[in-house]
Amino acid sequence: MDTTGTVDSATFGQVAREQLPWLYSLARRLASDHAEDVVQDCLMRAYKAFPTLRDHQAAPAWFRRILVNCANDYHRSRMSGADETSLDDTSESTLFRRILDEDPLPYSDSLHLDFLHSFDDEDVWKVLDRLDPKFRIPLVLVHMEGFTTATVARMLGAPLNTVLSWLHRGRKRFETEMWNYAEEHDLLRQAQEVRS
Amino acid sequence: MIDCTTAVTQLWDFVERELDAGDKANIEEHLAFCRRCCGEVEFVEELRSFLKDAARPGLPLDAEQRLGQFITDLEESGP
Ligand SMILES: [Zn+2]
Repeated sequence: MDTTGTVDSATFGQVAREQLPWLYSLARRLASDHAEDVVQDCLMRAYKAFPTLRDHQAAPAWFRRILVNCANDYHRSRMSGADETSLDDTSESTLFRRILDEDPLPYSDSLHLDFLHSFDDEDVWKVLDRLDPKFRIPLVLVHMEGFTTATVARMLGAPLNTVLSWLHRGRKRFETEMWNYAEEHDLLRQAQEVRS
Repeated sequence: MIDCTTAVTQLWDFVERELDAGDKANIEEHLAFCRRCCGEVEFVEELRSFLKDAARPGLPLDAEQRLGQFITDLEESGP
């Protein structure tokens, strides 16, 4: 594959296997139950393009970029024509106020933190899963994976302003869904029982 | 002076230092007298760390085996 002898000669299989745990965890956040399909698609595209990857040090970023594209395409193919917006993104209420106003943990002196801590990891994935992928993908990439908004815009092939607007609305939806999820699953009462 | 509604929509960008100097000054001015929005900022910080520190989903053994096999098959299929 490499004729100059200056680049290491790891095979596709070696590099891909090394990346697998990372790819899967990112796919799980981006595409929840369809993580495995998305990883397979990513592996297939990566295999075809592998000869173009000259520097194997760049493999993690290279694979992740392909994976994000696969997750995005996957959703795009399934969500075409999906309803653009139905929730009230413009509502002024915030999760902070809702918690404050409804005071779900009357005996807590760190109400908001206790609310967050009533969610375990599984709960967080389930809340993410409720978001439209258009909102979930930027939210995960920026706030969980630590990519800059400019990088995410490049990855998704979208204008920066569009990504910023998805992020903005995504955070709002995430807050709303956190509240709904906590109510539906009785997280708050459980948190209170643990305290008392 | 900006109101709470305006302030609240910019708090994430404020925390992430993505506001320009003018907007940043407006928020700081608002926070200097609005206790409620100070609470909002604190919660934004908490929610940010909460997301950042969320555990990475693990790769289950059966998925690892299937995907490992998938890689083997790809390699055997040739370029
Ligand atoms: Zn205020």
